[in-house]
Amino acid sequence: MTEVTPEQEARGGEPPPPGSAPPDNGWRKEYWNRNLRLMVILLAIWFIVSFGFGVLLVEPLNEIVIAGFPLGFWFAQQGSIYVFVILILVYAKMMDRLDSQFGVAEPETEEAAK
Amino acid sequence: MSDIQLWTLVFIGGSFAVYLYIAWRSRVRETAGFYVAGQGIPTVANGAAVAADWMSAASFISMAGLIAFLGSDGSIYLMGWTGGYVLLALLIAPYLRKWGKFTVPEFVGDRYSETVRTVAAVAAIIISFTYVVGQMRGGGIVFSRFLGLDVTGGVIVAAVIIGLYAVLGGMKGITWTQVAQYSVLITAYLIPAVAVAQQMTGVPIPQLSFGQILDELNAISVELGMAQFTEAFAARPQIDVFLVTMSLMIGTAGLPHVIVRFYTTKSVRGARYSAFWALLFIALLYTTAPAVGAFTKLNLLQGVNGVSADALPSWVNNWAATGLVTVSDGVSTINSVSNSPTSGADLIVNNDILVLASPEIAGLPAPIVGLVAAGGLAAAMSTAAGLLLVISSSFSHDLYFRRVKRDSTDKQRLLAGRIAMGLAVLISIYAGINPPAFVAQVVAFAFGLAAASFFPVIVLGIFWKRCNATGAAAGMITGLVFTASYMIYTLPVFGTAANPHIFDISPEGIGTIGAIVNFIVTIVVSKLTAPPPAEISEMVENIRYPSERRAVTAVAD
Repeated sequence: MTEVTPEQEARGGEPPPPGSAPPDNGWRKEYWNRNLRLMVILLAIWFIVSFGFGVLLVEPLNEIVIAGFPLGFWFAQQGSIYVFVILILVYAKMMDRLDSQFGVAEPETEEAAK
Repeated sequence: MSDIQLWTLVFIGGSFAVYLYIAWRSRVRETAGFYVAGQGIPTVANGAAVAADWMSAASFISMAGLIAFLGSDGSIYLMGWTGGYVLLALLIAPYLRKWGKFTVPEFVGDRYSETVRTVAAVAAIIISFTYVVGQMRGGGIVFSRFLGLDVTGGVIVAAVIIGLYAVLGGMKGITWTQVAQYSVLITAYLIPAVAVAQQMTGVPIPQLSFGQILDELNAISVELGMAQFTEAFAARPQIDVFLVTMSLMIGTAGLPHVIVRFYTTKSVRGARYSAFWALLFIALLYTTAPAVGAFTKLNLLQGVNGVSADALPSWVNNWAATGLVTVSDGVSTINSVSNSPTSGADLIVNNDILVLASPEIAGLPAPIVGLVAAGGLAAAMSTAAGLLLVISSSFSHDLYFRRVKRDSTDKQRLLAGRIAMGLAVLISIYAGINPPAFVAQVVAFAFGLAAASFFPVIVLGIFWKRCNATGAAAGMITGLVFTASYMIYTLPVFGTAANPHIFDISPEGIGTIGAIVNFIVTIVVSKLTAPPPAEISEMVENIRYPSERRAVTAVAD
């Protein structure tokens, strides 16, 4: 296999009733559910550090001062950004694992061919 | 003085020579190379290009200055313009890369219908254009200070150079030029920041050390008639801080010139890692910005506090010529400072000069001043080039090819795209010379519109198979109309009276409500109308998996 185009995939696919995975493709549902679960967890953290610590709770957190920084202020202007970077890295790494677990990772040859 | 001008010329001239050389080396003739660089850009390079593309004159030139005067509430820009990448990486980029075509309107067109595609193409052009105008203005400010031109001349010089290499190079030229521009702009941002941090605290890491000066800064800010730097919600009410941050985040995730970047990676995996590298590169500047804002503000205030008007530091005079720093009439000693011309303070400093002037304010040597000028230009140019490309591709690919001439050849489309770019440059020169208040407001407009139009229909298009064309069209149009109406209602831009904000919601924050309206309308209308055809469901199913399944069982034919 050299290159997977959407057309090839469509031909190789199955006739799916809209909205539900075909019975012999239970892995599809499983893969997608795991992807969604990871997404929801990461987005919850995203919301808590930015809107939670940086906006909604900023005033109470400002009572705590570390190295000159009021904590709420630090989350709003520094901490949340560091967490965002880490979240994307964690997502990319976890998805690598999920992809190879389910055999849908893109082969290196495809990358080289493109 | 002439020392600063000399070094500015050296750095700007040198960096321009590099950009033009790269653009010339990688000029292309085929459509694929023009728009997505043949999908052969390495992940780290693509990340740096996304970062340069994203960080505009607003990020480089204006943001630290805005934070200096907004204080704690400056977090709306810091979180808003970085948090959007999490949404982009998790909800949009990998899926659109898997689907793999040229433009955002094209995805919307395939997923929904040709009508939705046309609406999206027009929206993409309007959003990108408003941005280009801001960049031309940013370039104009740099030239007018350092090359002794007036703003009009500066805008024209910047526009001609940007236009030249965008038209010649296409995406491939732009991508590699943007990697060079990222290097220039981040170096130019970090060197003075590190120098100032070292000078003021003895710790050369600005992110860690600006905590030490916050108490001092709070005290002197209050003394000179401003709010405490670390006090939350001094500039905006809490609900508005929340909504503006959200609006900037989902606006970021919906901006066509950022999304199109993820088509240029080699794979779905590459798109995920590109998002990571991009945000890492962006975070380097964004975590430094509040430190630059705090240090520069403290330096500035200490330099002028109680000083008599004829003994002010030399940077005041250097910048007074641009009209962006003014000492109010009849003031003998400086006892109040503000960024607002209507405040009546003794010294009025425009937000936009703070970063460019920071080396001068801190008394750093002339080469660093020149480097910062080159960095500001790099930021303005890289963003403008990416935006021009979106304008060109939306026009030639989604409007000209689809609506005007379906049998057009590659060559004709390329020509149409280049003409669109050229026109955009000309119009933006005109708009860049016009009043800056207009530009600032229109940029807020662009974010709100991107948030209220693209983000909901793209996300629903990927995550909800039942979503159909009628729903998406209805959602996009209601979101756009709702958001634009509130903006027109509250802003004086269109010659209408500015009405007071409803529930403390500013026009910058209304995009969040617009996006929610869009989500609701799209879902309700989709539910009430027929489901999309089977091949659409299949298309959506396919973009959810990076490649066809191997190893475990064969699903092939």
